[in-house]
Amino acid sequence: MIAQNLIFGAIAGAMGLAALRVVTTKNIVHAALYLVVVLAGVAAIYILLAAEFTAAVQILVYVGAILVLFLFGIMLTRAPIGRTAELDNDQRGVALVVALFLLGVLGAVLQDAFGSTKLPEDAAVQRSAEVGTSIFQTYVIPFEVVSVLLLAALVGAVVIARRD
Amino acid sequence: MYLNQFLFLAAFLFCVGVYGVLARKNGVLVLMSVELILNAVNINLVAFGAFHETVAGQVFALFVIAIAAAEVGVGLAIVLLIYRNRQSIDLTEADLMKG
Repeated sequence: MIAQNLIFGAIAGAMGLAALRVVTTKNIVHAALYLVVVLAGVAAIYILLAAEFTAAVQILVYVGAILVLFLFGIMLTRAPIGRTAELDNDQRGVALVVALFLLGVLGAVLQDAFGSTKLPEDAAVQRSAEVGTSIFQTYVIPFEVVSVLLLAALVGAVVIARRD
Repeated sequence: MYLNQFLFLAAFLFCVGVYGVLARKNGVLVLMSVELILNAVNINLVAFGAFHETVAGQVFALFVIAIAAAEVGVGLAIVLLIYRNRQSIDLTEADLMKG
């Protein structure tokens, strides 16, 4: 239990710092690389929550695919590689106030609702087989809808981005 | 482990993402901040799934990951189109619909 909490603290700290750097760094490539830390940290959190299949998918899809897509986006838009002061607009103060207010409200509500709720002790690992069974039995219609949506999104992306 | 520690982490990530969406003007960086928000939501889903000892949370997180992949694909295509038309992805300049 204590080991789990220590690991959680380390991962959460690293994720928090990396997330702050994603939104404050002046180097757009560094932002993408800090995003890797956050996404890998989310996968580690899934492992802590005994959700192994979701963790694997997180690594495959986010770190493997989406991040490469971001790097391609940075490259194709010829973003300034290196430090630039022009990545932030002039609403930083307002944005900070909104984010802190939201954090305060969310924190108060969460503390009020789940202040002392504990996760079940040594919860059984939710095996990949159970996840697969659930997807293909209970949630098979949403699954099919998502696959059609992915196809539509990919065709749409090609149509939007091609030169004609 | 408390349920709340995961929820607080997710809330923090969510607020960082909101700050990024509001304060960044580079289109690609705004999309990255949206990814932060989506990941915060996923942590919540998986944490509540573990709390209720059901796989439904994981299944929904997987759906969100799939939607996020589609969103990034279309979003980057749009950013690319803006860049091609205006030679800049500064979102403060894309104000055609402002009255």
